[in-house]
Amino acid sequence: MNQKNRLDHGSASNNSTNHGSTHGSTMVEKILAAKSGKKRVAPGNLVNTKVDLALGNDITAPVAIKEFERFGVDKVFDPEKIVLVPDHFTPNKDIASAEQALLIRQFAQKYKIKHYYEIGRMGIEHALLPEQGLVRPGEVIIGADSHTCTYGALGAFATGVGSTDLAAAMVIGEAWFKVPSTLRFEFRGQLPRWVGGKDLILYTIGQIGVSGARYRAMEFAGSAISNLSVDGRLTMANMAIEAGGKCGYVQPDQVTFDYLKGRVTGPYEAVYSDDDAVYEQIFSFDVSDLEPQIAFPPSPDRVRPVSEAEGIELQQVVIGSCTNGRIEDLRIAAAVIKNKRVHPAVRMLVIPATQQIYRQALEEGLLTTFIDAEAVVSTPTCGPCLGGHMGILASGEKALATTNRNFVGRMGHPQSEVFLSGPAVAAASAVAGKIVHPEEVAR
Amino acid sequence: MIFEGRAWLFGDNIDTDAIIAARYLSTTDPGELAVHLMEDIKPEFPGLVAPGDILVGGENFGCGSSREHAPLAIKGAGVSCVIAKSFARIFYRNAINIGLPIMECREELSGIEPGSDRLKVDLEQGTITHLRTGRVYKAEPFPPFMQEIINRGGLIEYVKARVNPAK
Ligand code: SF4
Repeated sequence: MNQKNRLDHGSASNNSTNHGSTHGSTMVEKILAAKSGKKRVAPGNLVNTKVDLALGNDITAPVAIKEFERFGVDKVFDPEKIVLVPDHFTPNKDIASAEQALLIRQFAQKYKIKHYYEIGRMGIEHALLPEQGLVRPGEVIIGADSHTCTYGALGAFATGVGSTDLAAAMVIGEAWFKVPSTLRFEFRGQLPRWVGGKDLILYTIGQIGVSGARYRAMEFAGSAISNLSVDGRLTMANMAIEAGGKCGYVQPDQVTFDYLKGRVTGPYEAVYSDDDAVYEQIFSFDVSDLEPQIAFPPSPDRVRPVSEAEGIELQQVVIGSCTNGRIEDLRIAAAVIKNKRVHPAVRMLVIPATQQIYRQALEEGLLTTFIDAEAVVSTPTCGPCLGGHMGILASGEKALATTNRNFVGRMGHPQSEVFLSGPAVAAASAVAGKIVHPEEVAR
Repeated sequence: MIFEGRAWLFGDNIDTDAIIAARYLSTTDPGELAVHLMEDIKPEFPGLVAPGDILVGGENFGCGSSREHAPLAIKGAGVSCVIAKSFARIFYRNAINIGLPIMECREELSGIEPGSDRLKVDLEQGTITHLRTGRVYKAEPFPPFMQEIINRGGLIEYVKARVNPAK
């Protein structure tokens, strides 16, 4: 894949000395301006904005709750705008994690937090919030979790923060940001079969590296994005952080609005980048011949096409996580694996990302397909994605996962290895016992 | 807010391990951390740095692990302000949140005699003055709410003051 037309817009023209200029703004600049009560903002500016949603999970919320208690207040800024999701170590794997979950549960009860999701209703936060209609275009969403950037797929400004930021936001409903400059990524052409959002984002990270978008917003555009489902877009925005990005986003279009219909209540305003917005850099990729992509351990930017990974033997395959545990991912995996069996040397785990996805997969017969193929189907949880529980690797083992990180020891023993891919390659490789192109299995 | 102090120079990519080594992370006390500030890259530094001093870094200051101990150690040494060409995102957030003034200045601060030349930093105006030469550098000014976070000593104190104005 060649990277064409890398256009450098003079970065001097978009720095903060340019308040009076006439050029347009990017979507993120406009959202941050609107939410901080300013006409316009420029990259580098510091702004204090209203927060439309503040999120914490069973690892980060307990720290924020302890900080919160130091403020000596008796209420949160808005019990409808805080979301607490015990998703990482649940159903609780040990006593310590049960205590953490208890802390959130009690906090949610005490402060009447509307969006607290007990297990049974719960899902992995970044799959759950969009599904539940909590993410709306034009909003500012912060979460004490690095993959909060996922919600940019629906045209929000969403980014990960620390527990102190979450604690402060729970009290005053505000957060401060430095306005990021924006990198625009245009994906032209039509995606080949078996190639999806995961392959686009892995390819992109492979091109620019794990700090290629450090501090920046990543705008995803072009015909391949227009034709991509919301599930695929969520996968892409999810991994903006793996390129170091502050946020990743797709501007809302009909695909977005169709997804939001019936989920989101109340008005919202979609925000778009101006035609004359200034980007720090524009990347243009023709993806018509893109192969499925694989990230090699131990870094998400060690990306190669599947043809260069073929034959690597696996002991575990995981389909799940906030990156690729949505219904579309399960459908793709099931289509590949239908009437086949997981290779005897491989353990395959399928983890629907939310309770609703779990139910839908059940109704569509996907779970039967997986179980018939001798895969394991789990209740929604982050589980093995962060080496928490439900599929920890022993030393020397190799896994192929649809998750987003493959650092040393991410899924278990420091001498185990994690490869990353989309759901089609993962399912096909589970059958083959080694990394293969989906065509090899799904004929 | 205006600070004046001696300048110390550091290069590009000063990571949080260099600022405070992992072996000292068993405490979060700024004073105890300060005793080991920059120890691994400049062992004599803890003995040289004095309250009011200003650190000047290059690109990507504070990269690496997200430990909040790094800005705490700097603050504990009494450093009044950190200036760099760019900061790593989490270090930047942590510094503001604990009330350590920092400033991004794209221009290269040149001709500074470390440990003797003095700088004057005006957060509100976004200016840095090299007092020996009189040369003025432009940086990004701090908006009032950010100055208040810094003034109050960090995000927690800032929020406390907002919700309990009487106290
Ligand atoms: S699925 Fe993995 S990456 Fe996503 S929130 Fe959970 S632990 Fe983090």
